[in-house]
Amino acid sequence: MSNAATQNKGFAAVLWDYLTTVDHKKIGKLYLYAGGLFFLLGGLEAMIIRIQLIKPENNFISAGLYNEMITMHGTTMIFLAAMPLLLGLMNAIMPLQIGARDVAFPFLNSLGFWMFLFGGIMLNVSWFTGGAPDSGWTAYAPLSTQSPGHGVDYYVMGLQLSGAGTLMGGINFLVTIVNMRAPGMTYMRMPLFTWTTFVVSILILFAFPALTVGLFLLMFDRMFGAAFFDVALGGNSIIWQHLFWIFGHPEVYILILPAFGLFSDIFSTFSKKRLFGYTAMVFATILIAFLGFMVWAHHMFTVGMGPVANSIFAIATMAIAVPTGIKIFNWLLTLWGGSITINSAMLWSLGFIPSFTLGGMTGVMVAAAVADYQYHDTYFVVAHFHYVIVGGVVFGILAGLHYWWPKIFGRILHEGMGKLTFWTFFIGFHLTFFIQHFLGLMGMPRRYWVFLEDQGLDTGNLISTIGAFFMAFGVIVFLINAIYTAVKGEKAPADPWDGRTLEWAISSPPPHYNFKQLPLVRGLDPLWIEKMEGKGKMTPAEPLGDIHMPNGSIIPFVMSLGFFIASFGFIYQTNYDIAYIFLFGGMAIGLGSMLVRSLKDDHGYHITKEELEREAD
Amino acid sequence: MLGWMGKFRALFLLGSLALVLSGCGKENLTALVPKGYGAESSMDLIILTTVIMLFVFAVVMVIYVITLIRFRKKKGQEDYIPKQVEGNQTLETVWTVIPILLLIIIAVPTVLATFDLADETDAKDSININVTGNQYWWHFDYAGEEIQTSQDLYIPVGEKVYLNMLSSDVIHSLWVPSLSGKMDVNPENENTMYIEAYEEGVYWGKCAEFCGPSHSLMDFKIVVVSPEEYETWIADMQNVDPEQEPQDTVALEGQALFEENNCMACHAIGSSPVATGPNLTNFGDRSRLAGIKELTKDNLVDWLQDPETIKPGNKMTGKYPALSDEDADAIAEYLLQLQPSDITPESAGN
Ligand code: HEC
Ligand SMILES: [Cu+2]
Repeated sequence: MSNAATQNKGFAAVLWDYLTTVDHKKIGKLYLYAGGLFFLLGGLEAMIIRIQLIKPENNFISAGLYNEMITMHGTTMIFLAAMPLLLGLMNAIMPLQIGARDVAFPFLNSLGFWMFLFGGIMLNVSWFTGGAPDSGWTAYAPLSTQSPGHGVDYYVMGLQLSGAGTLMGGINFLVTIVNMRAPGMTYMRMPLFTWTTFVVSILILFAFPALTVGLFLLMFDRMFGAAFFDVALGGNSIIWQHLFWIFGHPEVYILILPAFGLFSDIFSTFSKKRLFGYTAMVFATILIAFLGFMVWAHHMFTVGMGPVANSIFAIATMAIAVPTGIKIFNWLLTLWGGSITINSAMLWSLGFIPSFTLGGMTGVMVAAAVADYQYHDTYFVVAHFHYVIVGGVVFGILAGLHYWWPKIFGRILHEGMGKLTFWTFFIGFHLTFFIQHFLGLMGMPRRYWVFLEDQGLDTGNLISTIGAFFMAFGVIVFLINAIYTAVKGEKAPADPWDGRTLEWAISSPPPHYNFKQLPLVRGLDPLWIEKMEGKGKMTPAEPLGDIHMPNGSIIPFVMSLGFFIASFGFIYQTNYDIAYIFLFGGMAIGLGSMLVRSLKDDHGYHITKEELEREAD
Repeated sequence: MLGWMGKFRALFLLGSLALVLSGCGKENLTALVPKGYGAESSMDLIILTTVIMLFVFAVVMVIYVITLIRFRKKKGQEDYIPKQVEGNQTLETVWTVIPILLLIIIAVPTVLATFDLADETDAKDSININVTGNQYWWHFDYAGEEIQTSQDLYIPVGEKVYLNMLSSDVIHSLWVPSLSGKMDVNPENENTMYIEAYEEGVYWGKCAEFCGPSHSLMDFKIVVVSPEEYETWIADMQNVDPEQEPQDTVALEGQALFEENNCMACHAIGSSPVATGPNLTNFGDRSRLAGIKELTKDNLVDWLQDPETIKPGNKMTGKYPALSDEDADAIAEYLLQLQPSDITPESAGN
């Protein structure tokens, strides 16, 4: 188990290692790799969409394929790229920030990842089996219940699998933060990224079940002849919209809050100042999360809910602007009076402020119900949520990656390429999406396969497509940077940025047990405190002793594989009886794995004190 | 006489005017030039919120830029450790209270406008039109007038016209940006909205809720005419004799073919409850073919022979025998002659 032994391993051994790992750092990397791949896929779909819209009445792709593209672009970016990339960062960093050796349930952690990955694969298999889902990422009934072929079935099963994975991840983080904080790490000493992970886990816990229920109803309607959403048989299609948005709106905060958290850490580190208004920041986070559950129907102002409901949801939505505004000003005041270093991680964070503020502004604008009668379902809304999700979440992920890359991979990303990525992506982003506000108001609804000639929409769409190419260029540079860094990148010291929080107190990358001795936390920004008091490193909170570690296991992989196979059975039992073999076979594998896991005792293993002493600091 | 400078100035003004206009989009389509009650209410709020939000944005940007200029690490400051400030009660209160005030300024008119637009007390005394959204066309039934149309909705200027909307299949959303915001057209419950146009003209309408492959091709028009013209149009539509035979032989043959080829199963001419396809009573007066294409004979023949390429996924494809060139031509001739009224999109300024 020493470092030397892990170095010269063959490919098969590495593969096996990753298939069975329960180490939060490796699972974090797996999330990043998988999320990265899906991000590229979703990006490719976006480029195809933008090429189709480069000129009026274009015929680059057919209407049917276009609808598959927009559906898969949205679904992929939200569920398979943004979520897992954030989960990857949380996995890799959060346990380090609270001074823990791993998460609370390492086995569950691995299961969560494999469920997500198989769900993602499931969704994308549909491309090769007769067509991807084509009812939009929101899958409104009855369009989704009536969509021919199996595309939407793949959507249902794929999201059910990956959603279950996310739910597990959320529960796991929650328990980890409640139970595994190092001595002295009180709640009000946790870094903001940990705080947001905590709050987001609560959001996941309450929001995802609504999606699960909705997906089950859709599944019954499509695969087993139920009629929950079938108006002709007494069902109601609006119920889907409620279920979807009761999940969908908190989902937006599930994505943005971790970004808020890591920006807080980054601003504070690179301005060498304590986060301004820490307590306010924490409570703003909690308030945003709470209000996030109260506003789902602002996606439904035009459904015909009546003026009372529309007014209530409009006001509740506007209220969210207050805690969000508090955050923006606290960040600005963190920078104010600091000693600001601008590197790639900081560029993304600084780029975030104006971009996200614009997204927040249009958020208040779309909250004004009567104004939304014009914005709704147009490119204005497309622009709004891309300002929030790209300008907030994607910028956040990229900032986080540049910031923590050394900690996760042990090497520092190339600065020059990092800056080039930022500038091309940043300019491209505003080129692509700013003009879309106007396109929407000029009469272009969203999800339009073509726009007609002579409707004044040509120039705007052309500009938008040009911008998309800039963004694509930026992403390619980032990829080159990642590969270059892996091969030739500068090796990272433990603390490359003069950090303030616990993750910078151990080597980069950390040993698999993270902390040889759990650190004693004496306040907010624990490492910074020790630096200021001249010690420069953490005081151990315990004597050197044996460390208990969990064993790796292939069961999570096998279990997910079982449910993956069963999903095909569910989909195809509507056409072929033979599919029942897959259904029952897959379920047998999945449930069998659960049984094995329950019956087989696995006590893990110990790293002895002697082994630890032998390893150099 | 204009001097050189004068000409230049006129040109400049004209140019910038065109720029401004094109910047706002196409007239009678764009929401940025409102010409109806609903669109105007929305626009008022859009302007109010934009102004307030731009103010907030400006404040943020000023602080942001000053911070970045003043506090960037400078040469020789490598070891400088700034003061570790925990927070500032006064400041934090200020940026909590001021946004709340700003939001109240937005919230009050929002709520007022929401209730105002939902006020439907005068529906009974107004013109009511039952609208059915279909994949990918709109059916308009003038309640009590025995008139059904499609694609073009005729309404009088300056009057509230109530639309009672229901979908026959998936969810659609009716949107005429220049006249009014949108309202979903659901399969389960009837939604009502009203339109009140300030100016005569032909306005573009669109489907705003994703409804399938031809979602982007579900356009329609609202033809706003004077009240007198509206009365004339109603009378003209009511006086149509569906059996009436066309004058020339080709069209006459077309009429027979129209009956022989199953077209009547979905398309009615004259008032009829049939609504599986657009009512074609005034087809020759349409502003566009199928809502999108220029109404020419060539386009119509193309449509009749292969509607799928024009509107993917439409519900007409494959439901009638394939038409030979002559047959399609004859039917087209017949359909284009269905022009019961002098009040048309063209006369309304299309
Ligand atoms: C199964 C029902 C059905 C049959 C049969 C059918 N149509 Fe159609 N037709 C439709 C539908 C539905 C549309 C609207 C398509 C759309 O815009 O999505 C349509 C549209 C049209 C239009 C354009 C209408 C407009 O308002 O612009 C014309 C013209 C037309 N059909 C002519 C014919 C002729 C001629 C025949 C017989 C040869 C025929 N249709 C047979 C259903 C049918
Ligand atoms: Cu529609």
